[in-house]
Amino acid sequence: MSPGFQGRPRSAEPALPPGQYLTEDFPVLSAGPTPKVPLESWEFVISTEAGEEHRWSWAELMALPQETPTVDIHCVTRWSKRETDWQGVSLDTLLNGVNTDAHYAVAHSYGGYTTNLPLGDLRGGRAWVAHRFDGADLPAEHGGPARLLVPHLYFWKSAKWVRGIRLRTMDEPGFWETAGYHDYGDPWREQRYQGD
Amino acid sequence: MTQLSYLDGNMLDGPLRELFAVDLSAATGRCDSCGMTGPMACLHVYSHAPGLVARCPACTAVMLRLVRSPDRAWLDLRGATFLQVPMPLDQPHPRPL
Repeated sequence: MSPGFQGRPRSAEPALPPGQYLTEDFPVLSAGPTPKVPLESWEFVISTEAGEEHRWSWAELMALPQETPTVDIHCVTRWSKRETDWQGVSLDTLLNGVNTDAHYAVAHSYGGYTTNLPLGDLRGGRAWVAHRFDGADLPAEHGGPARLLVPHLYFWKSAKWVRGIRLRTMDEPGFWETAGYHDYGDPWREQRYQGD
Repeated sequence: MTQLSYLDGNMLDGPLRELFAVDLSAATGRCDSCGMTGPMACLHVYSHAPGLVARCPACTAVMLRLVRSPDRAWLDLRGATFLQVPMPLDQPHPRPL
């Protein structure tokens, strides 16, 4: 069927990834209790495959250049949300000066959650450690104090309560990836489950 | 040298069918993390998530994860040392070979 039969301009609304529907609210998904992380003890750690560690306190994260991406997000449970407003620090900034030959990354969180993704997907202005949403501090139920934001992949890759990133030479499946979900998770290719 | 033989996974079909035909919520499970043993029905299940995540009520460690796609299911029980399932006494049961 041609879109022209609908009588609507084809470009009125950009397409959604296959199998997704739009939502206006912001559903809270969680695989466990919400961790309470005081800012005084919060830290973000990038550890390399050679065992080198790069640490940032909350104050140090705040002192880094801040970006304000506006992005669409796509949850594997099939909701998508348009033009969400965030503030955070680009992973390009955090990875600058980190010496690594790794091709993979495992994000890990306060509370124990993990998720894997190729290191290349954290580079190129496509990933942030986000700490503000919609003009306010990121609420704990949405991953505050800070969460990973990787909007070009399904949102389970955007680890809430992120604590650090381990750089790895081999891909190490994370929490959902070891229970059937896809190792990459591209919403445009509908990579929901292993084998998709 | 004596070579230990083993059977392929097809032999699990019968024993597991017997197990999974029962109501697992009536089973007792042992948390691999803290060792607490209690009814599976008392686990804390987080269902607003891409799958079901059942956690130990004592230490919050994950004991069971179940992911369902339209044509497949994944069950991960690595966080549970065992499941103890009540069985009727009068039911014939397989013994160790």
